[in-house]
Amino acid sequence: MTLMTKFLGAAAGMALTSGAALAEPALIFDLGGKFDKSFNEAAFNGATRWAEETGGKFAEIEMQSEAQREQALRRFAESGANPIITMGFAMADPLSTVAPDYPDTKFAVVDVNWLDLPNVRQVSFAEHEGSYLVGVMAAMASKSNTVGFVGGMDVPLIRHFGCGYAQGVMATNPDAKVIANMTGTTPAAWNDPVKGSEITKAQINQGADVVYAAAGGTGVGVLQTAADEGILSIGVDSNQNHLHPGKVLTSMLKRVDVAVYDAMMAGEDLEVGEVVTLGLAEEGVGVAVDEHNKDLVTEEMQAAVDEARQKIIDGEIKVVSYYENDSCPALDF
Amino acid sequence: MDVMPKWAEVILVPLISLLLAALLSALVILAIGEDPIAAVTLMVKGALGSTYGWGYTLYYATNFIFTGLAVAVAFHARLFNIGGEGQAMLGGLGVAIAALYIPWPHWTLALIGCGVMAGLLGAIWAAIPGWLQAKRGSHVVITTIMFNFIAAALLNYVLVNVMRPPGSMDPASARFPEAVHLPTLHELLAPLGIAFSKSAPANISLLVAAAACIVVWLLIWRTRLGYEIRAYGHSQPAAKYAGISPVRITMVTMIISGALAGLMAINNVMGESERLVLNATEGAGFIGIAVALMGRSHPVGVFFAALLFGFLYQGGAELALWTSIPRELIVVIQALVILFTGALDNMVRMPLERLFLMFRRPAPPANSADSEPKPGPRSGQSEGAE
Repeated sequence: MTLMTKFLGAAAGMALTSGAALAEPALIFDLGGKFDKSFNEAAFNGATRWAEETGGKFAEIEMQSEAQREQALRRFAESGANPIITMGFAMADPLSTVAPDYPDTKFAVVDVNWLDLPNVRQVSFAEHEGSYLVGVMAAMASKSNTVGFVGGMDVPLIRHFGCGYAQGVMATNPDAKVIANMTGTTPAAWNDPVKGSEITKAQINQGADVVYAAAGGTGVGVLQTAADEGILSIGVDSNQNHLHPGKVLTSMLKRVDVAVYDAMMAGEDLEVGEVVTLGLAEEGVGVAVDEHNKDLVTEEMQAAVDEARQKIIDGEIKVVSYYENDSCPALDF
Repeated sequence: MDVMPKWAEVILVPLISLLLAALLSALVILAIGEDPIAAVTLMVKGALGSTYGWGYTLYYATNFIFTGLAVAVAFHARLFNIGGEGQAMLGGLGVAIAALYIPWPHWTLALIGCGVMAGLLGAIWAAIPGWLQAKRGSHVVITTIMFNFIAAALLNYVLVNVMRPPGSMDPASARFPEAVHLPTLHELLAPLGIAFSKSAPANISLLVAAAACIVVWLLIWRTRLGYEIRAYGHSQPAAKYAGISPVRITMVTMIISGALAGLMAINNVMGESERLVLNATEGAGFIGIAVALMGRSHPVGVFFAALLFGFLYQGGAELALWTSIPRELIVVIQALVILFTGALDNMVRMPLERLFLMFRRPAPPANSADSEPKPGPRSGQSEGAE
């Protein structure tokens, strides 16, 4: 026991002394890798923007294995990095063991909101609200009354996306049909554009003429196939409208970049110990309209989206979250 | 057969392969504008330079010992079990079920109980392809790799729909209770006055893995069953003629192999994460193939090959942490080692054999290559590794 406390003391001392020397922020990407054109890349973009604007430097690592999560947290904490920003729900458990050991280090975690740690800032997004809005647009753009949803790995988070989307579709057109497929059951499903393409073709065969991809790197294949086959697609997380101008109806924005940028800007003054949920009102989620898709978005559509957004913010429309009771009123998975 | 002395076979061939892989890796690192010497120094220091580094190296090595032994045992019967990944996943499920639903009074009992469950589920997962091979002739390579996918799907279903604590978004089981916490090397070595890093995940499973090496050695070379397995591997018709049942040997070998792969879960699931996560095995089942190849299917070889791959994993992690070498390149380096030590084994072996032949025979021209008057002390032994 005494040895353990001594060791802890030594570790803490090391962290303190090195912390005085350099307090760069550190960014830990999830298994998808920082160039996934989606979730992690958004974080990378936010960090890059911070680095360009301030001239600062940040440490980073892309996860390769589960055991590295705790390892990376500890190594960065011991090197004095502050704050340490981590991506993805899988960091929740490692954080809850590591964060108490480094009370002077501030952590931020994106996509987690259920921890109770005094030195962690938890940022989550109301993805179901943003997905609801793209669902409204999909239902209005569809001529066949059939729209598709391509998820990445079959995890609750992705069902959460799909559930909001289906509610938006159903609210706009009660006769519409939503076809939902998941790419797979292993982490490879986040980065399998070929399979994403196959699923899209299958959904087109079933009549879908708008598909929404919430699948990380797999979505690249979904958007590509949709463009090739002449139907519309919806991107996710980052603005993906530019990938196929005129073929991507819109993108469901999840402003991970803003969350990361803000955390890095705050630096060592980061407010910790709180849970922040970024929804439509905070512009943490939204739909992307730019020069690449403005011809696709009709005035009628824009008006419907604006109305739905306002109603959600005012609480007139309640988008049911998949997490509330692990089921979806508009879609069966 | 025995053209090289034993030491050359066991040490020289892997060493030269490793050097070649290292040389090529250095060129790759140079090509992206980084300093290969600094990179290697960082890897060695990060993996072996501190108890912290050793803790991770040994943790990874423990995984690879189990899966390496699993593949090695099957190799002896000329069965190519590439389903270690799925069997280890099922082992993880076994550990999670035992740890979560049985109130264990002490970790020693929990280790035995969870180990048995892990081995059992891993064995079942290997027994089905084994049965299909033995009775139906479905090739075990095809079926075991298919079973990896079925295992992944099953695990995903169980974690998302059954074992996930309500309200959690993370597809993972609840944390195991304190009572099943396995002592880490830090806790094991502290009473001896050795300060081992507290944060490293290496745990008592390492000793179980070492014990498994000894048991496998005893099984393969000192028991009747082991003899039957080897005999069956060398020649099926001869084994059958000698009264060895092919069905029985195939089944038994696959069950032992699957149980060993499943046992890996006491290290990664019970010892490290202390809960079952989706991606718990992360390729250790496939690394096991390379480990068994490099270790020439001998437990001692497997042990050291596993250490080497543990070093590569931990060293790779350090590279990712402190340099801008992208992680894809770290995978390239690991792949080069696998390629040279596993797949391109003969590229080094054949020239070496020729070299040894040249030096051995002064010049009796009548001798052909396979009549062997070699006077060396160990010329009679053949391990039957490949």
